[in-house]
Amino acid sequence: MSYFELLKLASPETIVVITALAVLAIGLVTGHAKSRVTVSTMKSAQNTKDTSFAMGTCSAIAALGLVIAIGTVLMLPRNATLFGGMLVITPLTSLFKIICIALAFFTVLLTTSEKEPRHPGEYLALVLFATVGLMLLVGSEELLMIFIGLELLGLSLYVMTAFDKTDVRSAEAGLKYLLFGSTSSAFTFFGISLIYGMTGTTGLAGISQKLGAASVQPLLAVGIVMTLIGFAFKIAAAPFHLWAPDAYQGGPVPSAAFIASASKVASFVVLGKIVLVGFAPLHGNAAWHAMVAGWSPMLAALAALSILVGNLVALAQSNVRRLLAYSAVVHSGYTLIGIVAGDRDGLSAALFYATIYAITLVGAFGVVAMVRRETGGDNFSNFRGLVSRSPLIAGCMCVFMLSLAGIPPLAGFFGKFYLFSAALRAGANNGLLWLVAVALLGSFISLYYYLMVLKAIFVDEPAFPPVRHVYVVPSDLLPRTAVVVLAMAVFLLGVAPEILAAPILAAVP
Amino acid sequence: MIALTIYLTLAGAVLLLLLPCRFARWIALLTTIAGLALGLIALVRTPIADLAHFTTIVRVPWVLALGMNYHLAIDGVSLTMVLVTGISAVSSVLFSWDVAHRQNEFFFWLLLVVAGCYGVFLSADLFLFFAFYELVIVPKYFLIAVFGSTNKEYGAMKLTLYSFFGGMLVFVGVLTAYVTAGTLDLNQLSQFQFSPQLQAWALPVLFLGFAVLAGIWPLHTWAPTGHVAAPTAGSMLLAGIVMKLGSYAGLRVAMNLFPQGFQMWSKWIVLLAVVGIVYAAAVALRQRDLKFVIGYSSVSHMGFVLLGLAATTGLSVSGAVLQMFSHGVIAALLFAVAGRMIYRRTHTRELDVLAGMDLSHALPFAAFTFIIAAAASMGIPGFSGFAAEITILIGAWKTYPFAVWVTGAGMVLVAAFTLRALKQSFFGEKERGVHLQEGRVPLDPDWNEQQNITAPEKCGACLLMLATLAVGLYPKVLLDRIMPAVEAMRFLK
Repeated sequence: MSYFELLKLASPETIVVITALAVLAIGLVTGHAKSRVTVSTMKSAQNTKDTSFAMGTCSAIAALGLVIAIGTVLMLPRNATLFGGMLVITPLTSLFKIICIALAFFTVLLTTSEKEPRHPGEYLALVLFATVGLMLLVGSEELLMIFIGLELLGLSLYVMTAFDKTDVRSAEAGLKYLLFGSTSSAFTFFGISLIYGMTGTTGLAGISQKLGAASVQPLLAVGIVMTLIGFAFKIAAAPFHLWAPDAYQGGPVPSAAFIASASKVASFVVLGKIVLVGFAPLHGNAAWHAMVAGWSPMLAALAALSILVGNLVALAQSNVRRLLAYSAVVHSGYTLIGIVAGDRDGLSAALFYATIYAITLVGAFGVVAMVRRETGGDNFSNFRGLVSRSPLIAGCMCVFMLSLAGIPPLAGFFGKFYLFSAALRAGANNGLLWLVAVALLGSFISLYYYLMVLKAIFVDEPAFPPVRHVYVVPSDLLPRTAVVVLAMAVFLLGVAPEILAAPILAAVP
Repeated sequence: MIALTIYLTLAGAVLLLLLPCRFARWIALLTTIAGLALGLIALVRTPIADLAHFTTIVRVPWVLALGMNYHLAIDGVSLTMVLVTGISAVSSVLFSWDVAHRQNEFFFWLLLVVAGCYGVFLSADLFLFFAFYELVIVPKYFLIAVFGSTNKEYGAMKLTLYSFFGGMLVFVGVLTAYVTAGTLDLNQLSQFQFSPQLQAWALPVLFLGFAVLAGIWPLHTWAPTGHVAAPTAGSMLLAGIVMKLGSYAGLRVAMNLFPQGFQMWSKWIVLLAVVGIVYAAAVALRQRDLKFVIGYSSVSHMGFVLLGLAATTGLSVSGAVLQMFSHGVIAALLFAVAGRMIYRRTHTRELDVLAGMDLSHALPFAAFTFIIAAAASMGIPGFSGFAAEITILIGAWKTYPFAVWVTGAGMVLVAAFTLRALKQSFFGEKERGVHLQEGRVPLDPDWNEQQNITAPEKCGACLLMLATLAVGLYPKVLLDRIMPAVEAMRFLK
């Protein structure tokens, strides 16, 4: 193993890191110009123009770097393992690296829609660092490396959430997210240390072997539970979801979009890998009449609780971002069902669902960002009469909301069908029917609040005349295009789901 | 070729989003007429022998990993439903000719409902079927909430949530059938032997899910409020075809897949159906709002469909299918008179107020139409309602004679509320009219040529009247195609 080989296999990560550093440097240069302007108290228009230039350059470079990274992922060999699983390349990791980078790409496009961003260079660099974290998470089968990836991701996300210095909610959200997130990291790390102590290895394959050979000691069970709790925080499954509403509502919109999309997909990939590869012998059974202790009944309970709690609380929301946060809790619950099912079909259904959910949410947050810039808020009242202001954006939001509710012919409908049928097939004798029934009850409830958003957009009269803010980019063409592309993707994946489902199914081992 | 109905309607919907609004109603009219024409061509051209079983028209692999096919098929039952969809669609477009506000959007949602209905009636793959079935739900919400009238947001949300609740029950049933049998092909599924234990619980879940849409008592309450809140075209489509989705699906999927389960539960379904017929008719007798009367009459008439299905004889099920056609046409006609011809001009649907207006002189054509519709609805021989209901009752006599007795009493109630509505709305007493002078909403003071019944309205009404009369006089044209298809189904063997 030469360093050159290592560099070659880790080239996507390297490229993203280099891009991040480049963006940081450019931000430093242009940001310097900006601070000079501030000191000399020049007109704020000049100030905005400078930031807008910095924003444009930085985001262009970031986007370019991400595109190149996707290209290099495509050029990686099909299979490779480095350092006993610390860096693994399989079709699955490559596929999800591409998906994560693509989601980061759309987040970068959304960033251009933010009003008066301060320090765009630093912000975009953080997005890129978080993306590296995601790639490490996805591309590793070793607990320590996974933990490093989690931390890199988490630390970037905390700062991204608290980035809007003008908004006290952003600071609150950042602090909350930091406290909850670091607690969950502590849980995970403690769990990992216990598992390491009992099995003597941190590689997932090794852990699986040890678990299969010996009977399970209580201490090991504690380790496993703690690890899983840490991940439950990450994916915002109830009752570990309390940070999510604030982080989604308070932080800048692109941060929320990134947390809801890319971070979630990667967390599900890792969670699936850990439980299905590492803890495979302790699967247990979540079927109604045949419960056997293991991780699957635990995840099933988390799933059912997330679906019920998330849906019921979402009913009472009047802020779209907060509503999306609770809906994220619900969708984590749905996705967990696939992992509970625990076979190849279930995992690929869960990953398919997580991916389309992420695509949908980036789009929905894109719409929120535009509405926010136009009207200065993101409550239901700000969405009123959107259809008369911008029919195209209203139509896109309609696509996103209905996909989340699971209405055909959008991707969410197929995703649910795939997920639930996989769950039913896995539990012998319709054993998981109870979980599917809970999920269907949940999705019945959820239609109400998604329709409330659409009611504000399509039915209600505008509450107040739109307020025009100074535009950062000459036109908001970029985020608008991004949103339309995402809406089309959601539609396309509903009509022809095989485009995504087949590669995922082929890649899942 | 009949598959074109779906594509043309969807293409029309997409076109509506792209073109300016002055083309909107013409696009809608042309696509719906094309759909009807395709249905009629299929009726004439397809040999009757081919309609005796579910014959595949299109079959393209869709999602291989899950065994999904894009699979369309047709038999006599589907063809009948396609026809009624075409007729209701054309007439509902004609009756919304003067929608002024957000025209493109209105016709877009309308065509989406129509396309979804065509899809349901033609699909032979369970997933495809379910996708079309759920596709219909949300457009209804927008049609009612944006373009409706009385209490529209409440009515729209209630209707949507009821439909979606039914949809979730159906989802459970569909998943169970799919996972157990391992296939989604309806023809293969109807050969598969599901275990009796499974059928015993899966059938009520599936059938109840469908029956919510068919307006089964006691889950019917969405129907009257939804019909009242909806714009005229919306009520026409809802009563005309959307309620039929539920009964058609109950027949095609629930009964065909789980025949033993259906045997176990059929007496309960008969009970609910009979209670629905009598209860809804009794409630209709007490309503003051003309649209509520018609809304409850729909529930009552759909009770006949359920009774026909649950009686499980070849004759009664065929009668049920004929009743789906007949009620689709008649309900559309009734709603057209109440919602468009009367309400547009008087701005009221209160029977007491209408009684004082002497509408039979002001709107003679509307009065004529309403008399025809009422006669058809009451089951006067010569109209389709009679042919359908008598077939159901004769068919049900063998299995549930008592239910037939009770239903016969219910039919008297149906006649009573229909006559009451007819009399009060068009032939009110002059003295009462004077008496109510203060409270009544007067006809528009500037009554002019525009207030007369317009040409599109006349065309739509004539189309519907022609359909009910044609089938009433010569039901054989449909029954010949329905009966063999029904007798080929598994639950009769």
